[in-house]
Amino acid sequence: MATSTPSPFSAFWTAFRSNRGALLGLWTVLAIVLIAALAPSLAPYDPTVTDNQVFLTPPAWHSGGSAAHWLGTDAIGRDILSRLMHGARLSLAIGVAVVALSVLLGCALGLAAGYVRGVFDMVVMRCMDVILTLPSLLLAIVIVAILGPGLVNAMLAVSIVVLPHYVRITRAAVLAEAQRDYVTAARLSGAGHLRLMLVEILPNCAAPLIVQASLGLSTAILDAAALGFLGLGAQPPLPEWGTMLADAREFVLRAWWVVTFPGLAILITVLALNLLGDGLRDALDPKLKR
Amino acid sequence: MQVAPPMHPSAPLLEITDLQVDFPSDMGVLHAVDGLSLQLHAGEVLGIVGESGSGKSVAMMALMGLLSFPAQMRAARMHFAGQDLLQASAAQRRAIAGKDMAMIFQDPMSSLNPSFTVAYQLCETLRLHRGMDARAARAQAATLLAQVGIADTASRLDAYPHQLSGGMCQRVMIAMAIACQPQLLIADEPTTALDVTVQAQILELLAQLQRAQGMAMVLISHDMGVVSQVAQRVAVMYAGQVVEVQAASTLFDTPRHPYTLALLQAMPQRSRGAARLATIPGMVPGISDRPSGCLFAPRCAYVQTACSAPAPVHRAGASQVRCHFPLNAPGGPT
Amino acid sequence: MWRFVITRLGLVIPTFFGMTLLAFFLIRLVPGDPIETLAGERGIDPVRHAQLLHAYGLDQPLWTQYGIYITKVLHGDLGKSIITQAPVMQEFLALFPATVELALCAMLFALLLGIPAGVLAAVKRNSVYDHGLMGAALTGYSMPIFWWGLLLILLFSVQLGWTPVSGRIAVAYFIEPSTGFLLIDSALSDEKGAFLSALGHLILPTMVLGTNPLAVVARMTRSAMLEVLGEDYVRTARAKGLPPWRVVGIHALRNAMVPVVTVIGLQVGVLFTGAILTETIFSWPGVGKWLIEAIARRDYPVLQGGMLLLGLIVMAVNVLVDLTYGLINPRIRS
Repeated sequence: MATSTPSPFSAFWTAFRSNRGALLGLWTVLAIVLIAALAPSLAPYDPTVTDNQVFLTPPAWHSGGSAAHWLGTDAIGRDILSRLMHGARLSLAIGVAVVALSVLLGCALGLAAGYVRGVFDMVVMRCMDVILTLPSLLLAIVIVAILGPGLVNAMLAVSIVVLPHYVRITRAAVLAEAQRDYVTAARLSGAGHLRLMLVEILPNCAAPLIVQASLGLSTAILDAAALGFLGLGAQPPLPEWGTMLADAREFVLRAWWVVTFPGLAILITVLALNLLGDGLRDALDPKLKR
Repeated sequence: MQVAPPMHPSAPLLEITDLQVDFPSDMGVLHAVDGLSLQLHAGEVLGIVGESGSGKSVAMMALMGLLSFPAQMRAARMHFAGQDLLQASAAQRRAIAGKDMAMIFQDPMSSLNPSFTVAYQLCETLRLHRGMDARAARAQAATLLAQVGIADTASRLDAYPHQLSGGMCQRVMIAMAIACQPQLLIADEPTTALDVTVQAQILELLAQLQRAQGMAMVLISHDMGVVSQVAQRVAVMYAGQVVEVQAASTLFDTPRHPYTLALLQAMPQRSRGAARLATIPGMVPGISDRPSGCLFAPRCAYVQTACSAPAPVHRAGASQVRCHFPLNAPGGPT
Repeated sequence: MWRFVITRLGLVIPTFFGMTLLAFFLIRLVPGDPIETLAGERGIDPVRHAQLLHAYGLDQPLWTQYGIYITKVLHGDLGKSIITQAPVMQEFLALFPATVELALCAMLFALLLGIPAGVLAAVKRNSVYDHGLMGAALTGYSMPIFWWGLLLILLFSVQLGWTPVSGRIAVAYFIEPSTGFLLIDSALSDEKGAFLSALGHLILPTMVLGTNPLAVVARMTRSAMLEVLGEDYVRTARAKGLPPWRVVGIHALRNAMVPVVTVIGLQVGVLFTGAILTETIFSWPGVGKWLIEAIARRDYPVLQGGMLLLGLIVMAVNVLVDLTYGLINPRIRS
């Protein structure tokens, strides 16, 4: 009985599919992406519109709440549901931007360091060591303190903080592959350094990079929210979930919904991304071992 | 080398009847052990021979109670030293394991805990099963190491496994196994992972200990040559079934099962000059291609149409053969 | 062994210099005039500007400045806080014990709950316990701790009134700081109820800060245990008839702890990160809260000094962890 070897993708998909947690993560992430994409049309209100008549309204199922504002309103009358939806756009955008930036920069540095070796390699790795040793939020805070609070600076800070992971992965892959015969062969046949790096070596670190990136997405969102909570990230009136929590802190006693829902949104998003990341790693694992 | 002739009291020390071990999986059920029946008398040495996947190790692990999820085991009868193992509680089986029935394994270097000294691991058994205190246990441990041929016992006692060679680790394993003077010692491929020169030493040691302590021994190997040196009786296993049991002295000249014959012919020691080594065509059945009749039929040189039915077991005294048409029997093919 | 120690310590030196370099350049990276940044004033008149320039040594070449800075750091002089004019080092030392107390309790919380949880999940693999515990661990890992803290305050302090909302001890008590650890100091003092008050104030922040490490420890313990439980030496331990608690709790756990200990040590950085947020929420008078306030008030010497000190502490802990790992692993020790 002959069985054909399945393609790498279908092997991966079969392994991934059997992991129920990973599937749950996938559907949740897709739902969040959908909400984020359709937020302008989906949200009942404009997230920045304030209405002092209805400030601090409880959620619809509470006494005092109304169906006009499903999840209630905040201290200056903005609809929480709408703000959460638009916040999804922000968080996802932040996550993707941070990861994209760190992957690009990290790969470039890692490739260069692993390829060139010598003093350059040493300097880069020592810098990465310093970044890794410093507590992540501390470094991000200091960077933002220098550059000034704001969304863009927060994103930059978080990118720098997660940079070392990508540098290490890429550099390790380069070091492992550069010894291989096919690389020597390609070099002998006249391939330029850049071509070698991009075409031959980079595809081999794809799997660990993908796993790290998906897990990095959740870290990025969490860190950005933390900066927002501390007042150093997205500034009001941007509906970033962490920033919403900062505003809400003083109302913990009076209006629990202003505090609960943004945090819940962060938790669900990060959890879904982590489930997805874990599932990806488990499904790609046999390939990682290659 | 000679082993002591077995005594035959009426009741066997070990009796297994119709042992089944299954491993359910996504692709079906793997019958690792399929209807195994064996008897062993006190002081007797039995060799079990078979390829990987024949079920020889799994059967002995089932006997020791070492199988874990997802293995499913059942047997008609499993008696040891008069005790019914099937009815015994987990605690009762633990009281037997390591004390009356001991087992040593294939890779001695990974079978010892790397974080504890030799003394700790030896004394553990002594303190648990023989109730010794720390000092008595340590003294006894030193004696045991000397018994298995390790010189300089004092420094070896405080050594860690990674500081010892493979042969020495196996000697330590043997010392742990005989610490409580077991009635049965099961040796699962004890020499496979060792150098050729050390192999002979370990086998000699096992034979000598068996003689001195009068314990029964089961020696598992895929290597006929190893088994022929030590065993009195040999059982041949194929795909989870026992296909032949015969006295070692006669098995090599008159094998009765075609598989045994094929194994003997494939032994490098028996090759004649420049002739090519004989091989057995085909492969051991897996989960999906297990024959409904005789399991060896697809690869047998003597196969006939009747072989599509399950093979009957012919018993004669302590010997048995599972075949429709046994070899070297009156009236059968030779 | 000593070679290992020396090599490991040697790696510290470049990291130390890297960190001091980073701290050194920090002030100069702030947009605007460094003098204004350092003095915390705006629009300084030219005469005073020149005076300050000389006083801060900014008229010297860069390398000399760095040399002076390093010398000062090695003497413990990290400058003065712009706001309070007190030496940064002094303020740090006064506030650090509070953070350490919180971090230690959080780590203890994580270990006491996390290790048993991981062991249970591994031993009962794929059971409802396993999925439940690991699901809880993943949730804890994904939790924004600043929200988690607010939620717990809402539940336990506001709704139930069981725990206080902020601070280290009830305002009524005044305890002489001797060790800086309020638990110890209050227990030693004569004031009735002080210890309980301190304990009560610790509970919620400990739970909040310890949630993330708890999740990491549980997951790590589970995966380490799963690997170890499949090893040959665990099979040997079972074959010796050892009771299950001994097999899991001593033979398996001892080896599984090695990767877990490494992870624990590396959690220190995470603990400090979490402490920044936890202290902010609970108004816990530690280093984290100090740093956050420094940002709002543009107290750059505090930021610079605090960052450097925390970074150096994490570095020191990492080295300690590596050395401890060498001690635990007998292969390196001998």
